[in-house]
Amino acid sequence: MDLNLNPQETKFRDELRAWLQSNVPDDWERHRLSDSMEDRFQFLCAWQKRVYEAGWAGVAWPKEYGGRGASLMEQVIFTQEMAAAGAPPMANILGLALIGPTIVAFGTEAQKKRYLANILSGEEIWCQGFSEPNAGSDLAGLRTEALLDGDHFVVNGQKVWNSYGWAADWCALVTRSDPASQKHKGLTYLLVDMKSPGVEVRPLRQLTGESEFTELFFRDVRVPAENVLGAVGDGWNVALGTLAHERATLGVSAQIAMRRQLDRLVELSREMCRNGHRASEDPLVRQKLAQSYVENEVLRLNQMRAVSKIIQTGAPGPEGSILKIGWSEANQRFQATAQEILGPYAQLTEGSDLAIDNGAWSYSYLRARGNTIEAGTSEIQRNIIGQHVLGLPKSY
Amino acid sequence: MHFGLSETQQAIKNSARQFLAAECPMPQVRRLMETETAFDTALWSKFAEQGWTGIIFPEKYDGFGLGMVEMAAALEEMGRALVPGPFISTVLLAGTLLDHAGNEEQKRKYLSAICRGEARSTLALLEQSASWDLDAVQLEGKGLPKGGSLPDGGYQLNGEKLFVSDAGIADFLLVAARIEGELAVLIVPGNAPGLEKMATPGMDLTRRLYRVSFTNVVASPESLLGRGERARQALEAALEVSCLGLVAEMVGGLQSLVDLTVAYAKTRKQFGRPIGTFQAVQHQCADMLALLEGSRSALYYAAWTLSENDPAARTAISVAKAYASEAYRDAGNKSIQVQGGMGFTWENDAHLYYRRAKASEIAFGDATYHRERIAQSLIDRQPSKREASLAAD
Ligand SMILES: Cc1cc2nc3c(=O)[nH]c(=O)nc-3n(C[C@H](O)[C@H](O)[C@H](O)COP(=O)(O)OP(=O)(O)OC[C@H]3O[C@@H](n4cnc5c(N)ncnc54)[C@H](O)[C@@H]3O)c2cc1C
Repeated sequence: MDLNLNPQETKFRDELRAWLQSNVPDDWERHRLSDSMEDRFQFLCAWQKRVYEAGWAGVAWPKEYGGRGASLMEQVIFTQEMAAAGAPPMANILGLALIGPTIVAFGTEAQKKRYLANILSGEEIWCQGFSEPNAGSDLAGLRTEALLDGDHFVVNGQKVWNSYGWAADWCALVTRSDPASQKHKGLTYLLVDMKSPGVEVRPLRQLTGESEFTELFFRDVRVPAENVLGAVGDGWNVALGTLAHERATLGVSAQIAMRRQLDRLVELSREMCRNGHRASEDPLVRQKLAQSYVENEVLRLNQMRAVSKIIQTGAPGPEGSILKIGWSEANQRFQATAQEILGPYAQLTEGSDLAIDNGAWSYSYLRARGNTIEAGTSEIQRNIIGQHVLGLPKSY
Repeated sequence: MHFGLSETQQAIKNSARQFLAAECPMPQVRRLMETETAFDTALWSKFAEQGWTGIIFPEKYDGFGLGMVEMAAALEEMGRALVPGPFISTVLLAGTLLDHAGNEEQKRKYLSAICRGEARSTLALLEQSASWDLDAVQLEGKGLPKGGSLPDGGYQLNGEKLFVSDAGIADFLLVAARIEGELAVLIVPGNAPGLEKMATPGMDLTRRLYRVSFTNVVASPESLLGRGERARQALEAALEVSCLGLVAEMVGGLQSLVDLTVAYAKTRKQFGRPIGTFQAVQHQCADMLALLEGSRSALYYAAWTLSENDPAARTAISVAKAYASEAYRDAGNKSIQVQGGMGFTWENDAHLYYRRAKASEIAFGDATYHRERIAQSLIDRQPSKREASLAAD
């Protein structure tokens, strides 16, 4: 047990801090609260490019592919320092957190050279084409087919709920390459250029009102065979790699975002009145704020422990499901708490002149509802913990 | 940076587990539970041989000189085995108080006796208000007049202490009192005239609570451990270390609950299959594991900050205690639910943990108490920019 930084980690942190001090844009908060989804995304792309050019993107990715070649712990420090400095997040979140690490693990030399640096610079944005209308939790039931025709796969089918599909240049697509196969067998993981003829992206309006996710339609889309990630027929294994990263890493940014919101909520509670005194002096409000803090700390510490474990064992394990349940459910409780503390104003949405923080709180309340569904539902995560961590018998 | 036990720390934990499996298995726990004091001298001597009774104290006083993380690792195993008796009251409460506030002579006499496993002790703190707030201490210590029939410069204590753990077997008690309005801690022999100890049976069968009354109890001038700020700081330190040790025990107890519940779910059959096949059961087990691991992360972070004298320790301990207090209780509920009617029997071990969970939740402040402490650092100590500018106007 040693949470002190070693000399190398300290040096890394100090250099990063110095860079952040003079480079973090001071208008992020304004863009975050008032830009359209697309404009905000453009802003984040520009920021990611800057981070990349200064050599800070992909801290733990190999140097030869544009990363920094540092340790996973330095990657964690990077995330923490970015948060502490109030820096915007990276635009290419799925490329950085899920698909890039999968390419690092399963890609050929040529694929790593071709894709990784562009993920880091944000030049090529990625989306994840896993779920289908009839294959969500039961992902292995997917039917989008990819049939080999010479040196190309021909893809036909439909994907759904694809976050950032509207911004994506590339898609990590899980397909069925053997039409006679069932379930986990006969799947192939393809890297698909979204500009290929036959790819259609339709915005899919979500509960929040915006179209952060999309539907993807593939009609006779020709994908070069060299774009198979891993082996043909081994797509399930590769997809599991992506899902393990998804469970293990998305929580880090969620925890940090929650913490920033909590600090803001504390600030607001000092300015608001309740029962004739400041809300921050109300015992019930204090209990709720403190409980949010406790839950946030537990998330942070669970994640730090998980990173140490990954460093020792090499890959994220099924325990990632504990992290996934942790951040998604904690965020839903936190958003409910925030609504309660902020009172009637908190329900007001963007554009309403009485809304707090231009409706950021009503948005985050609604957005949080998706947390226990995206990246694998809470029920599925609990099944994984029961069956793969605790060794209980399979229920299906 | 590494968040996890080092090899040495893991070795301490493993050997504690092996030792307790041999020396304090469940039948032994159940036997002690039925005794008047839940204390066994032979077992205590073995703890002393292991170095546990002096685990965090300087070698100069016959201690073992280990840190907070090592202490937590050992205590996790004690909580797992549900070790009965006065470990926290003697070693963590009394020991830390003596270590922090004692003078050389007091340490040699009392702390060394604790480290060597020769003496049992406890802290008499709570009163009728049942408050962990040090300002609530009222027990009166009157300075004795010089030249009277009683020792010069001594003190006379009058009042009552409640929820004093393990007082029945304490060779000496550390008593929080108020002398001329000032907080003070005094050392009082367990057999002092005017001292009366009455057991107040509680839910936890493995630890005894007492009501201790003081009627003109005389304490010598040498018995004063500290007064004013010195007493306050020592009490705060002792409560923090003890709270940390208690959370470690709670994590161990949670681990036991997970283990015994999952084992049951794998073997008990209904509708022709193990009940662990049913998701309603699986999900309760999964939630128990999440409660355990969250508590464990919070515990070792708190232990580490305390061992580093990091100012974050105070809040980190409160986070751990607030979280574990609810987690242990919840896990107890789930464990018994999953085990059905069998879980509700006396012979099943789940209720022993369930009872311990309740007592542990209360000791050193429950979740509500610790959340308020967190609120003080989260809310009261960082004025917003706007507030700061208002103040500047
Ligand atoms: C905001 C958001 C973003 C998303 N982004 C992406 C993306 O970028 N790419 C992508 O591919 N997908 C994405 N998804 C899709 C997501 O992965 C799926 O919605 C999710 O896996 C659940 O699948 P489903 O919607 O088909 O629900 P279903 O699988 O139909 O589940 C419905 C309900 O049944 C329960 N259930 C199903 N099976 C079981 C079982 N075996 N045991 C117990 N309960 C069960 C579920 O928990 C759920 O409560 C996103 C979803 C959301 C909400």
